[in-house]
Amino acid sequence: MLSFETLSKTYADGTHALSAITIDVAAGEILALVGGSGCGKTTLLRLIAGLDQPSAGRILLDGEAILEPRADVGVIFQEPRLFPWLSVSENVAFGLSHLSAFEREGLVANALVRVGLAGYEKRWPRELSGGQQQRVAIARALITRPKLLLMDEPFSALDATTRASLHGHLLALWAESRPTVVMVTHDVEEAVTLADRIIVMQPKPGRIFDELDNPLARPRDRLSPSFEATKREALRALDRSLRDEEPRQHKTAETAGMWW
Amino acid sequence: MSALEIERAVAGRTPVAPARASRRFGLAGWLLPIALAALWEMLVRAGIANGRLMPPPSVVGKTLWSLAASGELLTHANATLWRVAAGFGLGAGAGTLLGALTGALPVARGLLDPTLQALRSIPSIAWVPLFILWFGIFEASKVALIAVGVFFPVYLGVAAAIQDIDRKIIEVGRVFRLGRLAMIRRVMLPAILPAWFTALRSGLGLGFMFVVAAEIMGASEGLGYLLVDGQQLGRPDSIIAAIISFAVLGKLADGLLLAITRPFLAWQDLGRDKL
Repeated sequence: MLSFETLSKTYADGTHALSAITIDVAAGEILALVGGSGCGKTTLLRLIAGLDQPSAGRILLDGEAILEPRADVGVIFQEPRLFPWLSVSENVAFGLSHLSAFEREGLVANALVRVGLAGYEKRWPRELSGGQQQRVAIARALITRPKLLLMDEPFSALDATTRASLHGHLLALWAESRPTVVMVTHDVEEAVTLADRIIVMQPKPGRIFDELDNPLARPRDRLSPSFEATKREALRALDRSLRDEEPRQHKTAETAGMWW
Repeated sequence: MSALEIERAVAGRTPVAPARASRRFGLAGWLLPIALAALWEMLVRAGIANGRLMPPPSVVGKTLWSLAASGELLTHANATLWRVAAGFGLGAGAGTLLGALTGALPVARGLLDPTLQALRSIPSIAWVPLFILWFGIFEASKVALIAVGVFFPVYLGVAAAIQDIDRKIIEVGRVFRLGRLAMIRRVMLPAILPAWFTALRSGLGLGFMFVVAAEIMGASEGLGYLLVDGQQLGRPDSIIAAIISFAVLGKLADGLLLAITRPFLAWQDLGRDKL
C-alpha cells in the first residue's frame, strides 16, 4: 500500500539524513520507527507527508508517487499545533471546509466524543491541558478519514498516565477505519504497545538497522510476560544499533586528536 | 519624535502587571493626583502661592467649562480629531500594505526595506518645511506629517508579525493543502491580527503626538492652536485645558480602537484571570 524505494535525502547543508531506505507497509498496518536521535525518523515522516522532497528514490502510496501533501494522508505532529484563534470544534473541522456546516457539526461532535472531549466544542485551545490539546489534534487528523496516518512522536511531551490513555483512544479510533499508520517514537514501550512492526533505525546516514515483527495480539497487556519479552527484544535491537555506532564516533574523535 | 521614540512606542505595549495592580487597588491611582490638585488649590486660596503661572484646578476647570459652553472646545477638538483620523487612515493603510509586502515577499523586502529603514531614522519633524513647500500651509501638510508618524510603527509591526508567524502552524496549513489565498485568509491573517492591532495602537498614539507638533507650527483651529494661543496671550489655564483635552481625546480614541479590536482577540484574552 505504502512503499519506499531506495529513498535518500540529503539536505542543502550536506547532511545525509537518509540513505537508501526500502520498506513496504501493508494496508492497515501500524509501523513504528524507533532509533537514536538524528537517525532520520522525522525526515522520513516529513517525506511521506509530502512536506519535503526526497533527493533520490520514491515513495508510493497505492502506486502513486507522493510529491506534495495529500488529502488522504493525515499528520499528527509532536506538538498539538492547534490554531489558537479557532475553538476546539473549529480546529477539528479545519480540514472539512468543503462540507456543509450541518455535516461538519455532526462529524465534529462524533470525533470529540471519540477522543473524550464532548462538551469542549466552544473552548479555546489555551484552556485545554497538553493532553487534551493533543487529543484535539488527533481528532483533527482523523476526521477526514485518511488512508494513511503519520505521527511524529505525538505523545512524547505527555506524562505516562496521559500517554497510556491516549494510546487507548488512538487504538479505538484506528479500529474504526483501520488506516495505515506510520509513527515515529523514541519510546520502545509505546512502539510495542501500538505497532505491528518495529523498524530500528541508525544514524549518519539514517538507515534501517533492524526490523522486528510484533507477535502480540490486540488488546495488549502491558504487564504480561510476552509483552515484556517483546519489549526486551526491541530494546536489545535499539541498544545494538546505538552501540554499533559508537566506535565510529570514537574513531572520528581520535582522528581529530591525531590531527592536532 | 525621533526614530528612538517611535521604537519605544512600538515596543510599548500596555504592560499586564500595572493593569492587574490597578484592578486590585481599585481607585488607588487617583489618590495622588487628586491630593496634589487639592493641595495646590488650598495653597493658592490661602495666598501662599500666587498661581499665576500654574493656575489652580478651579481656574482650569472654569476655563474648560467656558470653552465647552461657547462651543469653541468642540470646534478645536473636531479639527484635531479630523486631522488625526485622516493622517491615521493614510499612515496605517500605507504601513499595513507595505508591511505586508515586505513581510511576505523577500524580493520586496530586499528592495524596499533598506530605504524605509533609512527614512525611519530621519526625525519626522524635519519633514515639516518640505511638506509645507509641497502641500501648502493648510490641512494637507499637517495630515502628511501625521501620516508619516503613524506609518512607521504600523509598517514595522506588520512586517515583523508576518515574519514571526510560526512555521509549524503554516505547515499544518500545508498538510491540509490550503491554496495561497486560503493560507493567507485562514492561517496568516488570524496569526498576525494581535500584532497588527498593537501596531495600530502605537500608530494612533504617535498620531496624537504628531498632531500637536503640526498644530503648534501653524493652525487657526485645533487643540494645538489653543496651546499656542494660550502661550501668546499669557493664559496658562487655557494651555492646561488644551493639554487635558488632548489627554482625554487620546485616551478615548485608544479605548475606541481597543473596543473595536477586542472581539477579534477573544481567543487571546483569557488565562489572565484563570492563571
